[in-house]
Amino acid sequence: MIANIIPDVSIGALRVWQRHRDVFLRHWRTELLGFMIEPFIVIVALGLLLGRFVELDNDQTYVQFLAPGLLALFPMFAAVFECAWGSYVRLEMQGTYEAIIATPVSVDDAITGEILWGTTRAFINATYILLVALVLHPALEMLQSPWVLLVIPFSIIPGLLFSCISIAFASIARAMSQFSYFFNLIINPMFWFAGAFFPFEELPRWMQVVGFFIPLKHVVDVYRGLVSGEFGWSMLISLIWLCAITLAAYVLAIRLMRRRLIQ
Amino acid sequence: MAALIQVKNLVKHYGDFVAVDGVDFDIAEGECFGVLGPNGAGKTTVIKMLTATSPISSGILTVAGMHVGENPRGVKGMLGVVPQDDNLDPDLPVRKNLEVYARYHNIDPEIANSRISEALELFQLTDRAESDVDDLSGGMKRRLTIARALVNDPKVLILDEPTTGLDPQARHLVWQQLRLLKNRGVTMLLTTHYMEEATHLCDRIVIMHRGKILTEGRPYDLIATHAGEYVLELRLPADERDRLLSEFDSGSDPDLAIERVEDITYVFGGTFANQLAERVNDPRRANLRLGNMEDVFLRLTGRGLLD
Repeated sequence: MIANIIPDVSIGALRVWQRHRDVFLRHWRTELLGFMIEPFIVIVALGLLLGRFVELDNDQTYVQFLAPGLLALFPMFAAVFECAWGSYVRLEMQGTYEAIIATPVSVDDAITGEILWGTTRAFINATYILLVALVLHPALEMLQSPWVLLVIPFSIIPGLLFSCISIAFASIARAMSQFSYFFNLIINPMFWFAGAFFPFEELPRWMQVVGFFIPLKHVVDVYRGLVSGEFGWSMLISLIWLCAITLAAYVLAIRLMRRRLIQ
Repeated sequence: MAALIQVKNLVKHYGDFVAVDGVDFDIAEGECFGVLGPNGAGKTTVIKMLTATSPISSGILTVAGMHVGENPRGVKGMLGVVPQDDNLDPDLPVRKNLEVYARYHNIDPEIANSRISEALELFQLTDRAESDVDDLSGGMKRRLTIARALVNDPKVLILDEPTTGLDPQARHLVWQQLRLLKNRGVTMLLTTHYMEEATHLCDRIVIMHRGKILTEGRPYDLIATHAGEYVLELRLPADERDRLLSEFDSGSDPDLAIERVEDITYVFGGTFANQLAERVNDPRRANLRLGNMEDVFLRLTGRGLLD
């Protein structure tokens, strides 16, 4: 029983990660422009244009308030696209997993490699957005503390988490159209209600209670602390909570994908 | 000599449904072993259990003495698998497909490179090395899938319906290349529902039906036993056929069998078949031909037996 819960992971996970890296290196030029423009659109549309009409209690400009959210949101999408849609296409349409697990690579290796790649995409994305914020810093002053550099290593945790959640959904999806459930019931509410666009404390009491369980809220909270340099114990709680749910999501993803692939 | 693959009383059930129901066979080194059967006979399930992608319900399955359930990675490392549906990696070009596969097998890149070049050469894909997989024809994809299965220098090549869906030209090319591999001493396990394929390539055959093995033997022995040297195909209206059959005394020939499949009546058994053919004297309506694997198959898995 215990042996069944512990993932059977070997160097095969690295091999799968390398496969994804090779595909990425083949296609990255076609993605590059969209990837690079994305954060600018949000900074201009929300941060600057909408931001003119927003007044915050603590003298922050809206674009400053938005910075931690941007660092949390786009990497989440990067991981979700890779491990929800991407994994489903590889699983169901391309037979990629079927081919992989006919070699010494196990199902657990394949899923772990997939998750590590989704995490890599999130990591690249977070690093890029931080770079954009740094480049724009002289004009917008989005970053108030050097602690913000810790976002780079920290982005691995939400990267893992959202990759695991996405691949768990991909493993139970029966059709591409079902991803609209995943997107509209899980990702979208998380996007809007995690406190990235408005202070989480403004929500009604009951929504704050529900919101506590939204993983993205904790990511935004930690980033808010790192961007501002104001640390609190709640950040530690968020970190522990995120690690715990990441582990649970990983075990769940592995179990569901084993059930899907080994029959 | 111990068999390379040993299968003993192998069973697989999905809930109440028994897909494989107590199958036994051995495959010796260098042998080409065929598993024949209609769709749903359990062929692919046997292969899935062998390649450790489907757990065994009960029984024994070993490759080179290694139990699949105990050491799936070790067993998979010794196999080269050509699945029923092409699952090449469409995100990578031809040569890269093989390189990535060699990496899954943890093969030293230098060794892998020379093997890949050799495999591409053998399967006439060298000049397509940088092509997109999606730009290849069906036959080329199949050849690439077989080439991919060879990059780990497998002890056994597993081919699940290797020519299903190919046009005749492509099919013959694949057969030719499989014969070449066989002559080089590669052990093969092949499933098919093309009787011609099995007769061409296999040293030994089992016929599976509803999860069980019905018979086992060398192709020509099976034909001799189950079909006989000659088979007559009668295409006559039912009343005319019945009249014709009643004219002859069939009691004397112990091998005689008459089987109706849709609008064709097959007559197995030399003397009687010859007499009938002479009587009708029209090869379009009464075609006397040599027995073949398809006859064996129909006799063992078909229905509507008259005696």
